[in-house]
Amino acid sequence: MDENGVVDQELFPKELTDQKLVDMLSYMLFTRALDAKMLSLQRQGRAATYAPSIGEEATQIGSALAMNQGDLFVPNFRQHGVYLARGMPLDVLFLYWKGYEEGGAIPKEVGGFPYIVPVASQLPHGAGIALAQKYLKTGKAVVAYVGDGGTSEGNFYETMNFAGVMAIPLVIIIENNQWAISVPRSSQSAAQTLAQKGIAAGIKVLQVDGNDVIAVYKAVHEAINDAVNNVPSVLECVTYRMSMHTTADDPTKYRDPAEVEIWKKRDPIDRLRKLLVAKGVWDDKKEADAAEEFKKRIDDGVEKAEKFVPNPESMFTNVYSYMPQVLQEELDEAKASGFYMKQEGEG
Amino acid sequence: MMTNMVGALNSALDIILNENKNAVVFGEDVGKDGGVFRVTDGLQAKYSSERVFDTPLAESVILGASIGMAMSGMFPIPEIQFAGFMYMGFDQLINHAARYRSRSRGRFTVPMIVRTPVSGGVRTLEHHSDSPEVYYSHVGGLVVVEPSNPYDAKGLMIRASHMQDPVIFLEPTKLYRLFKQEVPEESYEVEIGKANVVKEGQKLSIITYGTMVPVVKEVVEKKAIDAEIIDLRTINPLDEETILNSVKKTGRAMIVHEAQLSFGAGAEIAARIAEKAIFELDAPVMRVASDSLPYPFPGYENFYIPNAIKVSKAIDKMMSQ
Repeated sequence: MDENGVVDQELFPKELTDQKLVDMLSYMLFTRALDAKMLSLQRQGRAATYAPSIGEEATQIGSALAMNQGDLFVPNFRQHGVYLARGMPLDVLFLYWKGYEEGGAIPKEVGGFPYIVPVASQLPHGAGIALAQKYLKTGKAVVAYVGDGGTSEGNFYETMNFAGVMAIPLVIIIENNQWAISVPRSSQSAAQTLAQKGIAAGIKVLQVDGNDVIAVYKAVHEAINDAVNNVPSVLECVTYRMSMHTTADDPTKYRDPAEVEIWKKRDPIDRLRKLLVAKGVWDDKKEADAAEEFKKRIDDGVEKAEKFVPNPESMFTNVYSYMPQVLQEELDEAKASGFYMKQEGEG
Repeated sequence: MMTNMVGALNSALDIILNENKNAVVFGEDVGKDGGVFRVTDGLQAKYSSERVFDTPLAESVILGASIGMAMSGMFPIPEIQFAGFMYMGFDQLINHAARYRSRSRGRFTVPMIVRTPVSGGVRTLEHHSDSPEVYYSHVGGLVVVEPSNPYDAKGLMIRASHMQDPVIFLEPTKLYRLFKQEVPEESYEVEIGKANVVKEGQKLSIITYGTMVPVVKEVVEKKAIDAEIIDLRTINPLDEETILNSVKKTGRAMIVHEAQLSFGAGAEIAARIAEKAIFELDAPVMRVASDSLPYPFPGYENFYIPNAIKVSKAIDKMMSQ
């Protein structure tokens, strides 16, 4: 699908019904609405530092909807859209970004693992989870995400190499958004593509337009089919981080606004919207209704998350499978000292 | 059966693999070769290369993949060939193995045993003799175990295989083949988190573990001193109760370990004694450890590791106070 929403009919995956395309657009809009809400909450001091995914929705939604029921995913810290498309309860997601570990208690049916912060360190987990699927003969694939910056890490290379040798059902998705905080893709690697790094590991590689949700869907769908036959792969989705790395930095300090303007024209949501409007299955009314529904679901989630009362004791009871005496004493002392009493003005 | 620590550990792994069909043993050279110290000898032949297998030489993915397997219903038992090479996977242990349970409030747990040989005294090349127990103990979330004899080694490992925690299982290289002991053939557990009073005594408490246990025993026997010897067996979480009970009884506390003195386990133990038993002491707490230096090349290691003479002199000094 090009920037005007025109599809190459020969390449178009036949299983993508109009309804599925509408779902794709809906989840992409939902993800963007979530980002907007999170940025607003963060500015109001109601959320901790946040890493928005604006501009990267096609990569996330295309890949998430290509997964089969029961497939598992391992995110870094930016795959909000993947969580949404896999049915993550919004209050749980908000709890994470409000700064509570309870946000990592992801329901089993989501099939996802918690957000991981140290870049690329989640990929070895993906390898192990994939190895377990093979060993336990579940027939499921594992999709693990990494950014362009993460492909410079040893864990990226170690995981691809391991996946190749072990022939495990793993798909690594490079969400190449062109920027690792302030360092551009060109300074990250002299390799012509990031996907080609997988060639040396002997796994399948592909680079796709990460702003074309249909292309991403198709590529991930095929990669998963290979994966369950124990052929691992790495897929580079070329996209763009239209916003900041996190709420803690200001991109105008290190990148040319003109570059952002160019990518705005390639907005993944606009592209799919054009296609669906042309097909006659999407219009302003539907978009307004969808926006209304997302707002309600997001607000409900926020409301529920904001009612959450943190229990400091949960810090102690979730470290070991048992409560060591020395830890019990620290907990008892903290409780007895009044250290956990809610202080005035505290949220 | 009479066996050394290598045999005891091999027997423990055999029992675990037999009992838990989702347990797997893997790492560098653990398959055909049976591990560089032969701890996994014969296991691949018995259990197939699907359950006992060699991996690429890459510690971070070995440990990271272990975490992934552990969270997915398997029981991984990775071997890291030497403690000095485990730092390449340190991130996985500190940032992830230690934290998945807390970061998900118990939704994801990491039951596994990470085995690695530790400590020196066997004239190996650089990086093959480290005593890293404190690094793994400090973070919280990792259970750190270090046996000092074949019986404990087998029982602690089987116990670890029945827990739902990431257990860092440190195997003192020097003790692998130092002596044999009667060890039951069948399965049994040695409690994790509980120190062992090796010898009861009234005049002095010596708290030690790993390679220093036989050294301390030798000195105490030779001097015929009425000392209580405590073998920690589990470094983290610490069995503070056994230590304090002993120290309150004897009034004297000495901590002996092979790891460096500064910021070592001895500092932690001494601080706890100071906080909770200082008025029951007849002498200042004393620590005997390697000097606060990087582990030397083998030519110098005998000038570095605490030996019987160093421990003996420390006891003399303490008892004269």
